[in-house]
Amino acid sequence: MLFQPAIIALLLASALCVLALAASAPFAVEVIRRWDIRSGSERQLQLERRTYLFSTLLVFVLGLQLAAVLLFVFNAEKMSAMFVGAMCAVGTLNVNAFGFPALNAKIAVFFLAAMWLAINHIDSRARDYPLVRLKYALLLVLAPLLAASAWIELQYFLGLKADVITSCCGSLFSEGSPTLAAEASAMKPLPAMWLFYGASGTTIALAAWHGMGGARRDWLAYALAAASAVAFAATVAGILAFVSLYVYEHPNHHCPFCILKPEYGYQGYLLYLPLFVATAAGLAVGAVQPFARRESLREIVPAFSRNLAAIAANGFALTAVIATAMIWNSRLILLEH
Amino acid sequence: MKLWLAKQRYLIDFTLLALARRKTRNLGLLLVYTVLVFMLASVTLYSHALRQEAARVLAGSPEVIVQRMVAGRHDLIPPGYLEKIGRIRGVQMREARLWGYYYDAVTKANYTFMVPATNAPAAGEIVVGPALERSRGLARNNGISFRSYSGKLHTFVIADVLPQASELVSADLVLMSEESFRAFFDYPAGHYTDIALSVANPLEVRNVALKLAAALPDARPILREEVLRTYASIFDWREGIVLALLSAAILAFGILAWDKASGLSAEEKREIGILKAIGWETGDVIKMKFWEGLLVSLTAFLLGFVAAYVHVFHFAASLFEPVLKGWAVLYPRFQLTPQIDGLQVATLFFFTVVPYAAAVLVPIWKAAITDPDSVMRG
Repeated sequence: MLFQPAIIALLLASALCVLALAASAPFAVEVIRRWDIRSGSERQLQLERRTYLFSTLLVFVLGLQLAAVLLFVFNAEKMSAMFVGAMCAVGTLNVNAFGFPALNAKIAVFFLAAMWLAINHIDSRARDYPLVRLKYALLLVLAPLLAASAWIELQYFLGLKADVITSCCGSLFSEGSPTLAAEASAMKPLPAMWLFYGASGTTIALAAWHGMGGARRDWLAYALAAASAVAFAATVAGILAFVSLYVYEHPNHHCPFCILKPEYGYQGYLLYLPLFVATAAGLAVGAVQPFARRESLREIVPAFSRNLAAIAANGFALTAVIATAMIWNSRLILLEH
Repeated sequence: MKLWLAKQRYLIDFTLLALARRKTRNLGLLLVYTVLVFMLASVTLYSHALRQEAARVLAGSPEVIVQRMVAGRHDLIPPGYLEKIGRIRGVQMREARLWGYYYDAVTKANYTFMVPATNAPAAGEIVVGPALERSRGLARNNGISFRSYSGKLHTFVIADVLPQASELVSADLVLMSEESFRAFFDYPAGHYTDIALSVANPLEVRNVALKLAAALPDARPILREEVLRTYASIFDWREGIVLALLSAAILAFGILAWDKASGLSAEEKREIGILKAIGWETGDVIKMKFWEGLLVSLTAFLLGFVAAYVHVFHFAASLFEPVLKGWAVLYPRFQLTPQIDGLQVATLFFFTVVPYAAAVLVPIWKAAITDPDSVMRG
């Protein structure tokens, strides 16, 4: 089923990304081996010029990855009409064993890419490029991950056969099946609500404290990054356990993808976009914090970290507000009081 | 934040003025870019509209159609077959249908003769579809003769013409009474063409089909959702093939964009040299070029998309119609319902803007690292 427009577009984007990273790998090795900011040699000058090219290239590649996650889910959602038993993205992703790994790999690459971009940003702001070696070393770590993600995606698309009967979200997120997602959806609404609002609230508070406090405390930054990761998981669990139920007004339909459908007014995008942005910002706070003590970054990191904390706080708050509004507007009564 | 915004605004302002100074060069690129977006957008818009149209047409068709098979070929439903199906839980209505194809040597086209379940015309009268009305020049109360497969000539009076609105399904349709149908085709008494079942609950359709297959091993149940899925994948596949063919055009465009971006004129080089001499950094020049690319891309995308919209929905996609729609002698004329799909726009964006951005990256960087002294001296 390769001749689907969106699949061709996704594969094109993946191929471009892998090619660009493959092209920058030799350069990364050269930077790690020969970079010397104090030298005025021809080679150093050339390396410095090339960093501009590769930084721009990578911003492009990683930006493309971010867009590709959205297109991937959007496409899975649309293609569900073509598979027997599929009613939303879950069915499409379940057609073969590579569907969910492909999505998870894409999300993982998204967050790692965001952290890399944050490090790249502070490095390019500083006069002496203090992190250039580290940055390119991290890039060499990121490249195989991205290639693996592209490979899984290709396997998934190659294995899409329309005659496979797949299972829809009803059977995957039902309480009897032994998967992690089912565990989360089997969670009772009340504890899930405590977890969701608790984790979001804690993260927002930490972000506010970090931002207002001038972003000087190390432990606070790391706590914020950890809390963001926890809040991301808690929000996804919350969507599975109770937000989706309120949106569908159905006490047993725990699907995190159906809320993206036009029947529900694409409400899911409202929920997921701020969540992903906020989580990425929160993780980036942790990613840049180790360099706050460097001489040339002493001013840059806290300022940038404050901005990131603001984005994280607002994003998580927005997610919580939107989820609450969905519950408020619902006619489902899940909790008696 | 405010500072950052102001900076971007000045950069955009500067870029626009710079673009305006080299009008012809940039207009050429913009034109090619727009044409590319136009072609790709026409293909995607048109196939999406066709998919929607097929879905709309099939929405009114029965959930399950049962055909009888003899030696792997479609055969007539014998008397008593309908009763054998019996009561299946979930089936709201069973109906034996009579229809067939007739080749008309005059128009060299196939018509579909059918007996409607309700409001059948009186014996000797027929109701015809709009395409047939056009091709044979018919009007109400005219008479028309068809030579049947047995060689006899049958004359009918046109009782009515079906409305234009239903043309996609009724273009070649001829409705007649059961007696006329049986007499015209020498159809054996008590036999039918196929059986239509309507099932209220969509989740039950598959179970009904399974029960049918178990009760009548020689029956072939055809599900509406399967027909729909087949249509969707056919149109998707056609669209994908056309896009894959057009990828050569995308590649050519990428090369053109690369070439345009790397062939900096002496004047442009001087400009960048001067900018750098007065304090711009390499990063700033890259940002300026980035805005230039974005502005060109968005303009081309918007222009191309609007042009494609007009082409598809006002001129019936005359350029790509034969490839995407398929072909028939009595092809229905129909107006597509304008519809824009988010996924299509996103896909289109990936197809056009991403290759462009990838192609101009290296040339932009080459321009941005220009040394001020080398340019101004030269």
